[in-house]
Amino acid sequence: MLLSKLIVAICATSALAAELDRERLKHLVVQECGSCHGLVLKGGLGRPLTQDALAHFPQETVRDIILDGIPGTPMPPWRPLLSENEAAAIAVMLKNGDIR
Amino acid sequence: MIDRRSVLAIAPLALAPRLAFAQAPAPQMRGTGDLGVIIERATGSVLIVETTDRTVLTRIEGLGDLSHASVCFSRDERFAFVFGRDGGLSRIDLLGGRIAKRIVQGGNAIGGAVSDDGRLVAVSNYEPGGVRVFDAETLALVADVPATSRSAARSKTVGLVDIPGRAFVYALYDAGEIWRLEIPVSEAPRLTRLENVGKLPYDGNVTSDGRHYFAGLFGEDGVVHVDLWKEPLKAERVLDGYGRGEAPLPVYKMPHFEGWAATQNMLFLPAVGRDELLVFDLSTLKELGRVQTYGQPVFAVARPDGRHVWVNYAYPKNNVVEIVDSQSLAIVKRLEPGPAVLHLEFAPRGHEVWVSSRDADAVIVYDTRSFQEKARIKASKPSGIFFTARAHVIGK
Ligand code: HEC
Repeated sequence: MLLSKLIVAICATSALAAELDRERLKHLVVQECGSCHGLVLKGGLGRPLTQDALAHFPQETVRDIILDGIPGTPMPPWRPLLSENEAAAIAVMLKNGDIR
Repeated sequence: MIDRRSVLAIAPLALAPRLAFAQAPAPQMRGTGDLGVIIERATGSVLIVETTDRTVLTRIEGLGDLSHASVCFSRDERFAFVFGRDGGLSRIDLLGGRIAKRIVQGGNAIGGAVSDDGRLVAVSNYEPGGVRVFDAETLALVADVPATSRSAARSKTVGLVDIPGRAFVYALYDAGEIWRLEIPVSEAPRLTRLENVGKLPYDGNVTSDGRHYFAGLFGEDGVVHVDLWKEPLKAERVLDGYGRGEAPLPVYKMPHFEGWAATQNMLFLPAVGRDELLVFDLSTLKELGRVQTYGQPVFAVARPDGRHVWVNYAYPKNNVVEIVDSQSLAIVKRLEPGPAVLHLEFAPRGHEVWVSSRDADAVIVYDTRSFQEKARIKASKPSGIFFTARAHVIGK
């Protein structure tokens, strides 16, 4: 009984942590990716990152572009600042059109 | 001795304005030389501020996508032109506190400039790539100049500035060109194209005498220079190979040339992909030295007297501002105004500087001698700060 309550509590906090993390990543995408791709991701110096614009890319490709950048262009590698899981989470959000 | 009759005669007059005020609040009689505009990037709004007492006069909403927005002013310093990311061009009445006119002139804009005679306002567009010029009063289209070239179907245009003679200079990002566009009063527009200037020019600016145009390159270690006083125009490479062959660091925010630091004969430019400012001599176009900075510089802006240069940095080091002494090239002060410092603007004679901290939702005003905070102004996700004194500076 007590144990199950405890488990519920732990699940709730980790769900909250995941939600906070999503918010943090969203903020990063809108503000930091947005400085080159536009705040609403419709493009700037970098191409649009809208759901439509990324439709032809598999999710893994988007993740890898985020991690390694596009050499010879201003698209920087985010590996020094983001984990593979975080990059994958951003790829999913972009592909699902979850950001704006 | 007081003349009774004249006192009586004045009394009703003194009362009159107060009565009129009660009926309809007439605009306050005031100058505009100490006014400014702060961009609130996330909400598509701007604040009109007054810099003598450091107060907010009004907030104006409905300006569209203001990420990377910039502002120029009319010659009379009454109107601000706001260039939005979504192609919006808005003419704002600073005294009336309202949008006087707004058009959506393109799909994706990056900046603009006002001609020396104040009659024209030019906008540089990413989409459709090119420059459009409008009548500054009516915002009617005067010239549409697509950035088409041999090497790229259509280029994004960057680094647009005004130069004397109803003319503008800008760079073509995709094609690697620099163009001068002249719009004589009653003749057809004239275009001078400089091709193959270098890879991916990402921003440009002109010195305040209208002579030296510089564009930063992303694809190469170098800066392009055009001497606008020498015909025929020629693009020359300066600071070639400033990276000394070292691999550049990843760039998380493009450096800006807007508001660059030119002091006497020295120009301070952000290096791309390096934690450095490049300092060079404008008369010889040779490197004078470098300043090792805390992060990758985004804006390096000289205090108007040229004695100090204030620098902010790219993500993730964007919580810091450093101050460089232009004589010794030493960093004399480091400030932490708040998270995500995006821009800074000096009062015209440099006694104060306004610094925007996006994630603190505040603009912090510093005394530039004591470095003490003098005021903190609430703003929603503030980015660019622009004061009306820009109206009278070439290239701003
Ligand atoms: C300093 C500017 C800059 C920043 C910051 C930036 N990008 Fe980019 N990005 C670019 C440019 C420029 C391109 C286009 C490169 C080219 O010409 O192929 C690009 C391309 C991309 C592409 C490929 C799009 C396509 O259609 O080919 C993806 C995906 C992408 N960026 C995601 C991101 C994400 C996610 C972030 C934030 C974590 C981000 N970018 C931050 C400049 C930037």
